[in-house]
Amino acid sequence: MLLIRGGRLIDPVSRRDEIGHLVLEDGKVREVLTGDAPGGFQGKVIPAEGKWVVPGLIDMHVHLRDPGFEWKEDILTGTRAAAAGGFTSVACMANTHPVNDSPEVTRYIVEKARREGNANVFPVAAVTLGLEGKEMADFSELAEAGAVAFSDDGKPVENPLLLRRAMEYMRPFGYRILSHAEDPVLAGGGAAHEGWTARKLGIPGIPSAAEEVAIARDILIARQTGGKLHIQHISTRMGVDLLRMARRAGLDVTGETAPQYFTLTDAALEGYDTNAKMNPPLRGEDDRMAVLAGIQDGTIDAIACDHAPHEAYVKRCEFAAAANGIIGLQTSLPLSLALLAGGNISPSRIVELLSAGPARILGLRGKGTLAAGADADVTVIDPDAEWEFLPAEVVSKSGNSPFLGWKLRGRASAVLCGGRVRHSAMAGAAADA
Amino acid sequence: MEWRRRHVLGLSDFHPEEMEFVIDTARSMEEVVSRDIKKVPALRGKTVVNLFFEASTRTRTSFEMAGKRLSADVVNFSAASSSVTKGETLLDTARNIEAMKPNILVVRHSASGAALFLSRHVSCSIINAGDGSNEHPSQGLLDLYTILKVKGKIAGLKVAIVGDILHSRVVRSDLHSLGRMGAKLWLCGPATLVPREMERTGAVVTSDIREAVRGADVIIMLRIQLERQKTSYFPSLREYSRKFGLNREVFSLAKEDAVIMHPGPINRGVELSDELADCDRSLVLRQVESGVAVRMALLYLLAGGSHAAH
Repeated sequence: MLLIRGGRLIDPVSRRDEIGHLVLEDGKVREVLTGDAPGGFQGKVIPAEGKWVVPGLIDMHVHLRDPGFEWKEDILTGTRAAAAGGFTSVACMANTHPVNDSPEVTRYIVEKARREGNANVFPVAAVTLGLEGKEMADFSELAEAGAVAFSDDGKPVENPLLLRRAMEYMRPFGYRILSHAEDPVLAGGGAAHEGWTARKLGIPGIPSAAEEVAIARDILIARQTGGKLHIQHISTRMGVDLLRMARRAGLDVTGETAPQYFTLTDAALEGYDTNAKMNPPLRGEDDRMAVLAGIQDGTIDAIACDHAPHEAYVKRCEFAAAANGIIGLQTSLPLSLALLAGGNISPSRIVELLSAGPARILGLRGKGTLAAGADADVTVIDPDAEWEFLPAEVVSKSGNSPFLGWKLRGRASAVLCGGRVRHSAMAGAAADA
Repeated sequence: MEWRRRHVLGLSDFHPEEMEFVIDTARSMEEVVSRDIKKVPALRGKTVVNLFFEASTRTRTSFEMAGKRLSADVVNFSAASSSVTKGETLLDTARNIEAMKPNILVVRHSASGAALFLSRHVSCSIINAGDGSNEHPSQGLLDLYTILKVKGKIAGLKVAIVGDILHSRVVRSDLHSLGRMGAKLWLCGPATLVPREMERTGAVVTSDIREAVRGADVIIMLRIQLERQKTSYFPSLREYSRKFGLNREVFSLAKEDAVIMHPGPINRGVELSDELADCDRSLVLRQVESGVAVRMALLYLLAGGSHAAH
């Protein structure tokens, strides 16, 4: 038995936001108590006074690079970074080598994560074999092996007929497609948001329409088929508007954005900073405001960081040649907590975006809540901790982040997966072996 | 004025006094070039490497000529004959050259920001000889110098730049050089090649060449890259020439003493009619002439010449 004592329990699923105590036993939440701490408790006690105690955070969009690109990241280091950032679960994308389009690869990920992982790992399998956009993967076999959703992330499913068939086929099984919404022809050769900064720097642009056209198309196909759709990394104003419209039309369409899209704009590219190069690209201020509004009004369901580790030299080059993507697991929580400063977003909403939302979208039973009987995945957050994201703090194998050197506020004090302490920055709560 | 720069990467952070200083130095250089013996020992013992990752004859020759007239040892490195084709990174190539201890690297590369990137990783001086669609500072300065020679001033002149604004590094440097010295700039071309965002530079953006040329003092025609035609920025070269080409009739709308410039190489009959290319108001060859002087000035200043040469 383990007691997390005296923290501010924030659990949007149970509509709870109050001081209380959490009793964990056998990997589950046994009970939630309010009032005085239970006297004479037999077992380990984690004092959480002054801290937030929330359902374990879930990042539904990461690249663990394992198998195949282990020099960038692997399941061990990636889940360590997750735990250090407060995440108890991650969903990893299929663009590994080999691609996660077969049950063997899915099982490899599941088993390696169970053996060495520092957080729960939920594989997302490919929609099409080899991410080639030609033939569907064996969805049910992949799901049985452990895949929680399907995505060709990194690329869109370019052929609309194939997407339609996949969504239609999946509908009876309840599988969801996570869509990297991008029209590759419109995006053609671009390397930065098509706006003033790209014009000034002479970088070929990626128009907002490249994302918006694809989101609109995907939503219309979801409507046609009745399939479940999730839009990944929304970065544009119209992208948010389209998701809002789909929701109003009663479609099962969800959406995520990433901290970089509500924190930074394309102005971060000044000086050709390759750590600010990603796809979708950092957009303009108007887009950033729209993403914030989407977070505020409930349109956006999840914050996912699109953790994309890269070795140094593929970023240490001319901008056009640099790889896309940034690491994000360690900065996602503080950058999300920064939203509180605006005053229009509540702590409960943040927890929803970082835990309950992704659990619901991916259908992760027992996750995303602290209700009795739920998995004992818990994140203890010190919302006031001030720290600097220095290179020495990077737990990931790669250090490609535009937030290096940033002074951040808020940090995970302790992270428990299934009742076991996976990360701890607190006295009295040493990590379990 | 004291020259403090180690690199010339672009004109975006050049003050007008600095540009004037370079021009003053270029004037002295031009005097050298007018002599019978066109060589001074200013850069004797210094090594200049032309590191060109993109085909260029005129700019490379111009820098080579500039270096040699100052007695520098000039070495040409071109991508075609190098290990770049074997997959070496830009940085590795540059560091290898750097290890041979040159004083100045003159870099041309197809990626915007390439020269700035190298300047952060090598210890020798770098001159940007064109990086992607970003800047071509020596061209911006030679355009400035050429106009000054003919017009005696920049402030208040209407300068129309016509053509592929989107991809042009010449425009991005001219906007700084001519713009900062007070020219009124007009950018003209097909809407697909003249981004609306360029209005943020203070320039007027139009797709009407008549409007751009009317009352202009200087018209800079840009080369239309024939190879870009495959991505269809405009219907056809024929249509381009009709709508955006400079011919006698359109040119008649400009000021009586208006001049025509072009960074070259010209597509005769496309952006510029054959007769205008050779007419007495064309400054194309004077630009080339100014180019050597400006590049001599830049090499001289970067190699340690601390004041306008004598």
